[in-house]
Amino acid sequence: MSPALQGLLTILIGVSGCIGYFYFSNQFLDKVLFPATGKNAGRNINRANMVRPWLFLLPAMIALGLYLVYPVFATLWYSMTDRDAGNAFVGFDNYRQMFAQPKFWEAMNNNILWLIIVPAASTAFGLLAAQLTDRIKWGNFAKSLIFMPMAISFVGASVIFKLIYDTRPVDTNQIGVLNAVWLQFNGGVGSFLILRLIPAALVACFVAALAYVGYNIARKRLAPSHKQGSVFASIASAGLVSLCLVAVIIGLKGFFGLFTFDFPYGVPQTWLTTPTWNSILLMVVLIWIQTGFAMVILSAALRGVPEETIEAAIVDGANVFQVFFKIKMPQIAGTIVVVWTTITLTVLKVFDIVFAMTNGQWETQVLANYMYAQLFVANDWGVGSAAAIIIMLLVSPILVWNVWNVRKEMR
Amino acid sequence: MDNIAGKKSGLSWAVNISVALLVMLWVFPTAGLFVSSFRTADQISSNGWWQSLFNTEQNVVLRAADPDDNGVQVLENGTYVIRGNLYGEAGKAEIGAWGVNSREIDTHVAGDSAELGDGQVITVQANGDYVLTSPTEMTGRGQRVFATAETPPEFTLDNYRSMLFDPNNIEGMAKAFFNTLTVTIPATIIPIVIAAFAAYALAWMDFPGRAILVAVVVGLLVVPLQLALIPLLRFHLNIGIGKGYLGVWLAHTGFGLPLAIYLLRNYMVGLPRDIIENAKVDGATDFQIFTKIVLPLSFPALASFAIFQFLWTWNDLLVAKVFLIDSTGQTTVMTNQIVELLGTRGGNWEILATAAFVSIAVPLAVFFAMQKYLVRGLLAGSVK
Repeated sequence: MSPALQGLLTILIGVSGCIGYFYFSNQFLDKVLFPATGKNAGRNINRANMVRPWLFLLPAMIALGLYLVYPVFATLWYSMTDRDAGNAFVGFDNYRQMFAQPKFWEAMNNNILWLIIVPAASTAFGLLAAQLTDRIKWGNFAKSLIFMPMAISFVGASVIFKLIYDTRPVDTNQIGVLNAVWLQFNGGVGSFLILRLIPAALVACFVAALAYVGYNIARKRLAPSHKQGSVFASIASAGLVSLCLVAVIIGLKGFFGLFTFDFPYGVPQTWLTTPTWNSILLMVVLIWIQTGFAMVILSAALRGVPEETIEAAIVDGANVFQVFFKIKMPQIAGTIVVVWTTITLTVLKVFDIVFAMTNGQWETQVLANYMYAQLFVANDWGVGSAAAIIIMLLVSPILVWNVWNVRKEMR
Repeated sequence: MDNIAGKKSGLSWAVNISVALLVMLWVFPTAGLFVSSFRTADQISSNGWWQSLFNTEQNVVLRAADPDDNGVQVLENGTYVIRGNLYGEAGKAEIGAWGVNSREIDTHVAGDSAELGDGQVITVQANGDYVLTSPTEMTGRGQRVFATAETPPEFTLDNYRSMLFDPNNIEGMAKAFFNTLTVTIPATIIPIVIAAFAAYALAWMDFPGRAILVAVVVGLLVVPLQLALIPLLRFHLNIGIGKGYLGVWLAHTGFGLPLAIYLLRNYMVGLPRDIIENAKVDGATDFQIFTKIVLPLSFPALASFAIFQFLWTWNDLLVAKVFLIDSTGQTTVMTNQIVELLGTRGGNWEILATAAFVSIAVPLAVFFAMQKYLVRGLLAGSVK
């Protein structure tokens, strides 16, 4: 049977099956099991109404349980068993084996870099784009163009950027934009300005912002007037502060690196095989995609800032920058956190970009691709599952935070 | 809103320019791929795509007409003459310098004449017109001319023809395109049906444990699907589905459900309570309320999720690789085909660009047509 026909049939069976299930199970409940007639009519209606929600929920609960809840525990179990030894329980052997692999630590290091750079850059660009397009006539048109990469697959984006990073031998026309631009630099004043000073200034801004955030969280926590909150909140803020600290140290290293690094001017570079730079160039792909997402959400948040607060500030003599940083920013801080965490989740799961562009070679490995390689190339299900559990552990703070927020909202 | 009290922002022009730059930076990469997919392999490897939009100077080898062909040579006043255009017709390019020897390709300028030996003389004009004269009858192949020519932009649809409509091209995208479509459509529709009922129960029915279920759904939103690969693949193999369309539809349904339930529930909660309570008072059952009132009113949320799920399943690589594509390769999807082409045809940009653009085109069309719903869904879907 042709797959297209099979597809149509599946839609038909799936959809009519679902609707049929809902319809007939409701009929069965109302007409046969607890009929709303006879002497027990009242009691039966109540009983039927107690059962009905579960009828509505049943297919979804089965699907969620089977496809998301069960795998979490199954993977946890696989990560502690050895497939070659007849699925025998081996405790933490797989983890020990994984921690001994340099590729795993390379993936961890790269993932930390990804986790710092991609959400920060996407949110920053998104905020910039949202704020700038907010006040111009063709803003909506500009926004939809910046938003467009959201529709492009990671694989498609990888092809797009591979063309940009393409390298041709010396003395031939470069067909990759990056090398064509690179060959314009000759080590003069312009090169110093664009390649060292401006990036260094950007990194410095980023480090300063992070240090400021970290310092504020720490100060609030340690202030004598601070009420002792829950243990969870303390752990969360300690984690945030240490994350800021790590980011600041990496940022400072990058800052000094920019001034001491010896750029190979005039030689076309094979960008994707140069360690560290290649990871950053892969991140650019994701930043290019995610900026649109950040922009759309932050733009809506900026629109939601009450006009009166801005007018009052302007009447009091605030300039454009003061209005943005002192009035708007504090009011959209919550949304920035949401955008940041959402992009963080995407980063943790990023697989396609690395798989399509370098497949983890030249020190670009990340956890998701490492896991895929362990599972389907090395065929080591134990270590692969252990890597999946590591990804789950990295995601779980966000999971707890989200659930906690929703519970708070529903109360 | 910055114009209150008659103040006009002096930064307005700076803002316009920065936005223009930002937009150009964001569109530039896609434009590169798009333009490249309309160029031939030679054109792509000879210069960057951004140069293809303008006249370019190219070194080309052209050939005059074969003297042996019938009627090419004419006898005028005792000399044999061949006239014609090196490009076939005038106006295709503008020749600057030219030569008749591969080692001396720029010894003459347009309008000059060159001696070829044996008394033969060729004159080449800027538009490619040439006159070749000889005292004796000419034989052999046509005279070669090496020219440096100003060529206007030229684009072709051949790449698309060979990647989409050529049945002999085993690297063609037509099959993968239909496979992707086959994966996408059921994987978009089925979760909507299941999620809509569940969302209604979570939004409008009262039962113990409802809050916990909502929290569970929110928690499952962030569970990485990487965790599910091995256990589910094993499960599929055990129950006999194996690798195939049914497996990938089920997997996409499972992975899409949390977002679907979350989006739809949030939307349904916001529907006016009066309508639903009035219907209940009038004796409507929950099933009737759901199908006749809630479902039609929830159309925007349904559309939002449908777009998400469509984009996600269309663009997906990992789920298809694990649950669908077997060793025969008959069920390959476009993303997988592109990754394979990246491996085998890494330098053939005309193939890669076209293949990538074929797979990007449909989501882009959906994106621009239904952007409103996508934005709405994004705003509702990011956990507040």
